[in-house]
Amino acid sequence: MIAQHGLKPEEYDRIVAAIGRAPNLVELGVFSVMWSEHCSYKSSKKWLRQFPTAAPWVICGPGENAGVIDIGDGDAVVFKMESHNHPSFIEPFQGAATGVGGILRDVFTMGARPIANLNALRFGAPDAPKMRHLVAGVVAGIGSYGNCVGVPTVGGECTFDPSYNGNILVNAMTVGLARPDRIFYARAAGIGNPVVYVGSKTGRDGIHGATMASAEFDEKSEEKRPTVQVGDPFTEKLLLEACIELMATDAIVAIQDMGAAGLTSSSCEMAARGGVGIALDLSAVPTRERAMTPYEIMLSESQERMLMVIAKGREAEAEAVFRKWELDVAVIGRVTDTGRIVATFKGATVLDLPVEPLADKPPLYDRPWTPIARSRPPVPTLPETSALGPPLLSLLGSPDLSARRWIWEQYDHMVMADTVARPGGDAAVVRVHGTRKALALSSDCTPRYCYADPETGGRQAVAECWRNLTAVGATPLAITDCLNFGSPERPEIMGEFVGCVTGMAEACRALDFPVVSGNVSLYNETSGTAVKPTPQVGGVGLLVEADLMVRVAFRAADDVILLIGATTGHLGCSLYARSLAGSDAGQPPPVDLAAERRNGDFVRGLIHARRLTACHDIADGGLLVALAEMALAGDVGAALGTSPAAGPAFWFGEDQARYVVTCVPAVAEAIVAEAKAAAVPALRLGVTGGNDLTVDGVERISLFDMRAAHEGWFPAYMAAPSD
Amino acid sequence: MKAAVIVFPGSNCDRDIEVALRQSLGREPQMIWHRETALPALDLIVVPGGFSYGDYLRAGAMAAHSPVMREVVKRAADGVAVLAVCNGFQIATECGLLPGVLLRNASLKFVCRDVHLRVENPYTPFTQQYDDGEVVTIPIAHHDGNYFADAATHQSLLDHDQIAFRYCNRAGALSADANPNGSLDHIAGIFNRDKNVLGLMPHPERAADPALGGNDGRALFDSLVAALS
Repeated sequence: MIAQHGLKPEEYDRIVAAIGRAPNLVELGVFSVMWSEHCSYKSSKKWLRQFPTAAPWVICGPGENAGVIDIGDGDAVVFKMESHNHPSFIEPFQGAATGVGGILRDVFTMGARPIANLNALRFGAPDAPKMRHLVAGVVAGIGSYGNCVGVPTVGGECTFDPSYNGNILVNAMTVGLARPDRIFYARAAGIGNPVVYVGSKTGRDGIHGATMASAEFDEKSEEKRPTVQVGDPFTEKLLLEACIELMATDAIVAIQDMGAAGLTSSSCEMAARGGVGIALDLSAVPTRERAMTPYEIMLSESQERMLMVIAKGREAEAEAVFRKWELDVAVIGRVTDTGRIVATFKGATVLDLPVEPLADKPPLYDRPWTPIARSRPPVPTLPETSALGPPLLSLLGSPDLSARRWIWEQYDHMVMADTVARPGGDAAVVRVHGTRKALALSSDCTPRYCYADPETGGRQAVAECWRNLTAVGATPLAITDCLNFGSPERPEIMGEFVGCVTGMAEACRALDFPVVSGNVSLYNETSGTAVKPTPQVGGVGLLVEADLMVRVAFRAADDVILLIGATTGHLGCSLYARSLAGSDAGQPPPVDLAAERRNGDFVRGLIHARRLTACHDIADGGLLVALAEMALAGDVGAALGTSPAAGPAFWFGEDQARYVVTCVPAVAEAIVAEAKAAAVPALRLGVTGGNDLTVDGVERISLFDMRAAHEGWFPAYMAAPSD
Repeated sequence: MKAAVIVFPGSNCDRDIEVALRQSLGREPQMIWHRETALPALDLIVVPGGFSYGDYLRAGAMAAHSPVMREVVKRAADGVAVLAVCNGFQIATECGLLPGVLLRNASLKFVCRDVHLRVENPYTPFTQQYDDGEVVTIPIAHHDGNYFADAATHQSLLDHDQIAFRYCNRAGALSADANPNGSLDHIAGIFNRDKNVLGLMPHPERAADPALGGNDGRALFDSLVAALS
């Protein structure tokens, strides 16, 4: 019974000690979800304390439903990222859809209107069993939910790697807009205030979802399909509008969505944060199935539900708003001064637990870990004659670099009519409605770097996100994260976790890029095979004037192309080396955070002075891939060259802290001189124009061929006969 | 000109079209909750895009029976202009304001992107600021935009110049490649016979601001303001 609840024997002993008796079944269920890895962060908390979480612009850091930052003029941004990995592997459509629903609620719970969604998808090898089915289902699920609620899905990532064959990753991020003085917290207060349930009725779906998310997968995981929740984005939309309408009054004292662990975690956490107790009458909970037991009601993860504490005497006002939006609403309890969660059902007490050990005193583990120092195969020696055209076309048409149009055309990325940079660029840009400001949003991580060297990989994930925001002209402000790893009970996996978090924390400090919210997803492994460490970073940056933004597209012919940042030709862990070696080889590129900052600040300064006509960060695939993407986006070619002529390492190496920028010829010389003065490497690479990329006058790669390769892979993959 | 936007549970382009109308009109349109049974004096009623009632049963089927729609149908019969965009178009066909139906896209997938449209009838209050045969670029975002009607209805649309916009390529030519959803005769939008009701799948309100990547939808709102003021 204890093991079935995912609790270890010593954890059970701890429960008995905390409450002075053996728990009954309902209480055991409540403890099991509250102390699950998913809810308690019991393996990760020690290491997460390394993250910088404060800055003058941070209003609310980790620990609430989402992080909050101040962007001036009475505007605040509320954002968070969360995983829905296990459900999406078992049931891709509903798993991904409810992942979006959950993260939307985390944001609007705090009083924010969601204005953008992003996601990060990690699939297995394209030819792995059922992978097409998973890609199709996840994308359709994300689209169906976001499209219906009417929040644009503006950006994200999607890559393929065999380590995800048995455990795909679906991370979803929501960004919302609020007023700094109207942020709502999940802090119950006011003894005697009613506890109000609103939203969908409670069913039997998702019971033990949080526990499932805290265990490894095996060949029987498909049997866990009933633990996947089913989403109803229409109800979510009503809930969103109703909450925002009621939040305009001061009737709400505290509010929390019923996400993982449902009524259990929402009531326990609200009570714990407020230092009060809550008494619930489970008979009053609206249910959609007959004869539901108290155990099921407490543990259901039915979606689109909110729990709130309403100021006494304001119940009728709240009820009128929810009735207008055709939502179920019921008073199901009261705030008490007992410091206990007490639930009755048909008059009998079924649960009576102290709040503190449940929410604030889960077992915390200092798991053993081994530092990761992987011996890596060497980067293969390059062939003597190394033409650039064939490898460029092959990279542009590879699963990891091909155009993602097939995905994002299934997402409404324009609803709300503020999307000024659509998917496909470095960062998505959405206007702050009714102002001149805009937010830049990006989601980044390079798992192959993290696997080879977790600390460097952690640094790189943060640096790349910062760079993507910078590349559109935004000032990076803060990040949320979603840390996806295998089982923390294995020292090697803990070593990956510790390394990545340490690297991320270092980069966050160096770049003034604090962590304001996040999520940890462990046990991402199937039958002992773990996913590559994937510490996903979701960043938010601010453009004080939306029209300062630059795009990746070459704007016109005759612009000068400059390379900003140092190029050593680092091929370790590069996609180019992988295409030669068949697997990852070498060490990832070093991340020099001082250079990152120096180069980025220089580029952002040029953008703010309106001196650039295009800008693109250099990442996967290296310089020539970045140039090809700029040419394709603008439908303008370029004549490129170096003196002396450089080889493939120069064109395909993945050195960090680099950008390609373009400007009109008149200012190019001045920019190069200013870069030199600022200790920023800058190199003139060529001029835009024509219908090809030509390199050193000898290689000619046509836009037509590049486009065919780049746009062709994804639709062809998805159209192939199903497996 | 007095304009109003109807808001259903699940509408999500109501604010976007409010912004576009305000820009052309110079003042706020009224927002009208779907439970209203009486409408004020109006020159233009907008049925906006979104997912009214979550597309349950069939896109637009439930909203077509909202209390306010009976009033909208009556006003349309009296000659009041009705602009029905995307889900609004689906509602308009469901409640009989416009003929035909909107089927699932031929690709079976939701599709959101810019499309080219050819203006087929510039002699209406909705389209008078476009040229005949002009090619405009306006985004679509729908799962059920595949317009269909039986042969007699189609012939009647042709006979009465009721086709407003057709999907086309950049040069204005019609082709299967340029049709994003498989609609009959490349139809993107149609009028009623009196030309006071327009239903269309593309979202002109998303192309009424150059910062969003296009301004070709603006002429539709400017046309209405000029015709109805």
